[in-house]
Amino acid sequence: MLAARDLAISFGGLKAVSGASLTVPAGKITALIGPNGAGKSTLFGLVSGFLKPDRGSVALEGREIVGMKPHAVCRLGMTRTFQIVQPFAQQTVRENIAVGAHLHIGGRKAALAAAEAVAQRVGLTAQLDKPAADLTVAGRKRLELARALATQPRLILLDEVLAGLNPQEVGEMIPVLRGIRDSGVTVFMIEHVMQAVMNLAEYVWVLAQGELIAQGLPGEVTSDEKVIEAYLGHGTAARLKAEAAHG
Amino acid sequence: MRSLASIAVLVLAVGLLPLFVSSGVTLGFVTMVLYATLLGQAWNILGGFGGQFSFGHAVFFGTGAYAMAVLQMRFGLNAWAALPCAIALGGVAGTLLGALSFRYGLRGSYFALVTLAFAEVFRILANTFDFTGAGVGLQLPLQEGAAQLQFATETGYLYLALALATVSLLFAWWLKHSRYGAWLAAVRDNEDSAAALGVNAFRVKLVAITVSGALMAAGGAFYVQKFHYIDPHLAYGAPISVEALLSAIIGGMGTVFGPLLGAVVLHGLGELTRNSLSSTPGASLVIYGALLVLIIMFMPRGIAGLFEGKR
Amino acid sequence: MKSDEKAYPPPAMLDPAILFASVLNGLTTGAVYALIALGLTLIYGVLHIINFAHGAALMMALYGVYFLHEKLGLDPYVSLPIMVPAMFVAGYALYRGVIARASHGKDENILLITLGLSIMLENAALYFFKSDTLTIDTAYTLSTVNIFGAMIAVPKMVAFFGALATTAVLLLVIGKTSLGRAIRACAKERQGARLVGINVDHVFAMSFGIGLACLGAAACFLLPAYYVNPQVGNGFVLIAFTIVVLGGMGSFVGALIGGFLIGVVESVGGLLLGESLGQIGIFVIFIIVLLFRPQGLFGARA
Repeated sequence: MLAARDLAISFGGLKAVSGASLTVPAGKITALIGPNGAGKSTLFGLVSGFLKPDRGSVALEGREIVGMKPHAVCRLGMTRTFQIVQPFAQQTVRENIAVGAHLHIGGRKAALAAAEAVAQRVGLTAQLDKPAADLTVAGRKRLELARALATQPRLILLDEVLAGLNPQEVGEMIPVLRGIRDSGVTVFMIEHVMQAVMNLAEYVWVLAQGELIAQGLPGEVTSDEKVIEAYLGHGTAARLKAEAAHG
Repeated sequence: MRSLASIAVLVLAVGLLPLFVSSGVTLGFVTMVLYATLLGQAWNILGGFGGQFSFGHAVFFGTGAYAMAVLQMRFGLNAWAALPCAIALGGVAGTLLGALSFRYGLRGSYFALVTLAFAEVFRILANTFDFTGAGVGLQLPLQEGAAQLQFATETGYLYLALALATVSLLFAWWLKHSRYGAWLAAVRDNEDSAAALGVNAFRVKLVAITVSGALMAAGGAFYVQKFHYIDPHLAYGAPISVEALLSAIIGGMGTVFGPLLGAVVLHGLGELTRNSLSSTPGASLVIYGALLVLIIMFMPRGIAGLFEGKR
Repeated sequence: MKSDEKAYPPPAMLDPAILFASVLNGLTTGAVYALIALGLTLIYGVLHIINFAHGAALMMALYGVYFLHEKLGLDPYVSLPIMVPAMFVAGYALYRGVIARASHGKDENILLITLGLSIMLENAALYFFKSDTLTIDTAYTLSTVNIFGAMIAVPKMVAFFGALATTAVLLLVIGKTSLGRAIRACAKERQGARLVGINVDHVFAMSFGIGLACLGAAACFLLPAYYVNPQVGNGFVLIAFTIVVLGGMGSFVGALIGGFLIGVVESVGGLLLGESLGQIGIFVIFIIVLLFRPQGLFGARA
């Protein structure tokens, strides 16, 4: 579905992402995890056209998209959400979602109707006529998701849609995300909530200090020494192992 | 649909007005309100609906006004032919200015400043070259008659202003009910989000500034036909930029009828202060400036915001 | 146009003496421009707003200096200790009373508020003081000094050194005092400044006050060589914007260098192209910098 090769970008000498190559298989939920500051959102920005890489390439369904503007990438069927939600605050939930629906629907009425259908999928029906500014954090995350879905993407990049939600809200979102995957949309998500990653993801990439250090099934990745060290600090894996041997 | 009906009622009421009212003063007042509505709506399309605050909309007004005068006086064009040319030139000016400033990502204060600077450059240019009459300005020869788009009575100008203002109102109505309008609002509220949803923000803003420039130029062309005179300060000076922005903001940014309401309030106030303060220079503008500050402080959605219910 | 061009007198720039005098004149004006721009850039750097009322505030300060001279017989330079604090207080109060309240947290609103304020002030001046252009007469108004053959007016020389001295004081305040530290903290990271216990609203108001205090000083140095009328601020405000943009919004050193640069461009441009077209040079620089290098010549912000 999506293949990035040797992506790199630096900000004022600081290497944010250096030489990252990854693939996202079609029809599955793939997660991108890594400690804070690993460069996950930067990598999303590079893939979705918001940032221009210093080098490297990105192919969407075999088509080269590096250098394309975000709106053009979206037209090709890939859209993203933002970690810090960015609603059109002055507009209602319905109007917000309709902006996404307008990508393929010209008529205003038809787009507003489509917005309603999408709202149902993510559980926002009750809030349709509220101004987006009045939504709770959980509501805004759903809105972010709904707008992106309304563009009818084939691949959706979700940047921490579960962050800031309480356990109950996370529990409510998991079936929603599965439903998206089941409808045929490939999902590529940055996530911090490990319980959700273990639960949802079918494949995992691990990014640390701008480099991809591990990949595999969720179970494999979490027992990988490099991953444990990246999260918990150098030498941790050996110490854990030693402790396990003694105890 | 309600606002479309309101526009129809407005056109009908103003259209029939000359049958019942013969006072030139009253008709003149209504004409000037419609003219101010046109200017306000021109600003509103870019500033209110699009969120790009221009402080130099005079650049388009002046372009329309000078095009109208120069095409007639230097190239012998008939006024009816000059009018669409003037409007088109205003649109072109909008496209060029927009392409320059939006290509380089100018927003907020920077955009306001660059429009202001362009208006000032054009003012100095118009002030310098004989082609535009330099500092003396251009005096349009008096040739009354509908064929020359000059009228002996107020009624003719009233209809001309009504036609132009109606076009601007209809465009604003369309913005509220179309995909393009939704895109423009999305770009105003959050450009990154809009881009992620497939909206080409650059092109959307470019269309807005083009239409805005064309409507503003129509205002300039109207001014020349009505007052038969234009000079660099009238065309490109700060007062006209301020007038356009004031009626839109006071009436309600991003609303269909805001500019009309703002125009009524401003010209109504203008009449009042003219009578009570015996036309002391400055007095009415002090009140306008204060009104601008107060509106933003207490009614950021303008007068129209009061009617739009509890949002 | 073609036939007109031949009718112009031979270009005067070839005379190095005249060019030298023109550059010197430009530098003296540029110092005052720099002072005005410093106030503007300070406000921008801290508040991230462009104060459109900056020109109108300068105009009010000039009237202040004028009336202190006419009614109380105070020399403009003696008015300094009155005007600087007065403008500071006015700025502080204006920010606290109007601008902070009206913004509703949106920078765009502040843009419009300061525009509204400038319309009010300018027209209030027109209403009360009429549109007459006023000047003051001092013993030194017409005296000149000879600098390597160029005759420079004494008030302009005073303005040059006065503006430089004020700038030095301002830089000291910003660089060395605890208030300056708070201002720099707020300019860099307002949320962080709030978290470490800085009263951000107070610092904003102080910055606005200091920005206007610069105008108080500028007015005292300007008036002996200049004039005042209700529109006088307009000319300065666009020039000050140009300098601020040129120097990089929020950069003090940039404003200083930009001020001198614009002063010289204006003076030499006027010499070569004539008064009216000479001004265009400034705006063309302005537009080009805004479009191609909005971070300014000396700004580092990406």
